[in-house]
Amino acid sequence: MSTPQVLFAYFAVAMTILSLLVVTRRNPVHSVLWMLVLFIHIAALYLFLNAEFIAAIQIIIYAGAILVLFLFVIMLLNLRKEETEKRFQKQWLYSIAISVLFVFFLVLIVGNITVIPPPGPYTADVIKSEGHIMTVGKVLYSEFLLPFEIASLILLVAIIGAVVLAKKRIE
Amino acid sequence: MTGVEMLIIVIKTVIVVSVFMLHVMYAQYFERKVIAHMQARLGPMRVGWHGILQPIADSLKLFLKEDIIPSSADRPIFYVAPIIGVIAALSSLAVIPLWEGLGVANLNIGILYILALSSVGSYCVILGGWASNSKYSFLGGLRSSAQVISYEIAMGLSLVGVMMMAGSANLSDIVKAQSGHWFIWYQPLACFVFVMSAIAETNRAPFDLTEAETELVAGFATEYSGMRWALFFMAEYAGMFIMTALGTICFLGGWNGPDFWIFAYVPKIVWLVLKIYGCIFIYFWIRATLPRYRYDQLMSIGWKIFIPLSLANIVVTGLVKIIWK
Repeated sequence: MSTPQVLFAYFAVAMTILSLLVVTRRNPVHSVLWMLVLFIHIAALYLFLNAEFIAAIQIIIYAGAILVLFLFVIMLLNLRKEETEKRFQKQWLYSIAISVLFVFFLVLIVGNITVIPPPGPYTADVIKSEGHIMTVGKVLYSEFLLPFEIASLILLVAIIGAVVLAKKRIE
Repeated sequence: MTGVEMLIIVIKTVIVVSVFMLHVMYAQYFERKVIAHMQARLGPMRVGWHGILQPIADSLKLFLKEDIIPSSADRPIFYVAPIIGVIAALSSLAVIPLWEGLGVANLNIGILYILALSSVGSYCVILGGWASNSKYSFLGGLRSSAQVISYEIAMGLSLVGVMMMAGSANLSDIVKAQSGHWFIWYQPLACFVFVMSAIAETNRAPFDLTEAETELVAGFATEYSGMRWALFFMAEYAGMFIMTALGTICFLGGWNGPDFWIFAYVPKIVWLVLKIYGCIFIYFWIRATLPRYRYDQLMSIGWKIFIPLSLANIVVTGLVKIIWK
């Protein structure tokens, strides 16, 4: 195997193990920490795709903001009782059966279809010469302007909703 | 990548990190002296000439001290927390350009890389506070998490103006774009917001509410002792150096210096270091002058003043750039 393949194998295996650790830890703070390690692995995987901007954003947004908020909330809740109680319900057997079936069909379908999309204008060389931020910015603000604006509107609605909910509590 | 290239990178990293650690060690001596003289005291005087060997004596003491771990602490996290801080601070060092072409790495996303690592570094305070299982540490950690999230936004937004002026997020390109005029003249508002957020981000006075000794003993570091406490200390000072270096590069022209008479023969790295120490002096000056903020005041100026100001700065910068083109 070549070096990129070895590295990819490492990241794939590590990410699977880390995700399992996230859902099986008893202590929620430990779960969040494994998730932090997982996010850093994902960011490193983006770097292998020459997507340095996405990698940085992954760390800044997910590791830097969202996970800190998770920690904040978990620390404020009193979770001593949850830590000692039984964790998984009886449905887990069914869930595993359904997941295995899903993976089986996915492999069946994906294995039979070979889609090689036509190469787009944004090859690795173009992105390298132009800079990743520049490329993303140009595409985002020209081709995908409308979806971008819609996304920002949705976020605005969420912000207003949060403010309204918080205001009610005070009164 | 060949073996030789790898070796060169390793050597570069070792040199930069070891020189940097020496500076971090002496920054603390510098701080004690500056604050002492501002308060009409002498500061450390006993070890060596004017106390010049004090940092070495201090580090020796901290190395040899007993390492106490509270019985109810969450051990793995208690161990890891200070290390995260030091690693995050030292890794950000990699993208700081010391001179044209002199630096460990030249990343296209230099600014974002530093912002990302500074947000990872904030975990050391939050986790240290939580893992100690003491209410003082815990409150310090909680305060820190809210403070860091709020001020990261203001800091990121204040640097957008700089990126727009330079047309790049690469720190070397930003310095090159300032060979004429420094960005502090074009972006005074962004510079102000950046300085304030940098102080809040590194948990320094007057925003050092995470370790407010009047209320929280020593905040997140209350239960730490010996070497582990020293690591927190190191992370804090290293973070200060990274923030001042980023500020110097983004607003004060980085390694650019006067080009006439004998100044032209001075290695450019000297200007960078001088500017960084100037900024560090301002940190100490502020600490010696201003009283600590209240926590709600800190949050409200962050959200209600700094973030709107930096957003307005982005809009104005964009408009001016379109009109002048």
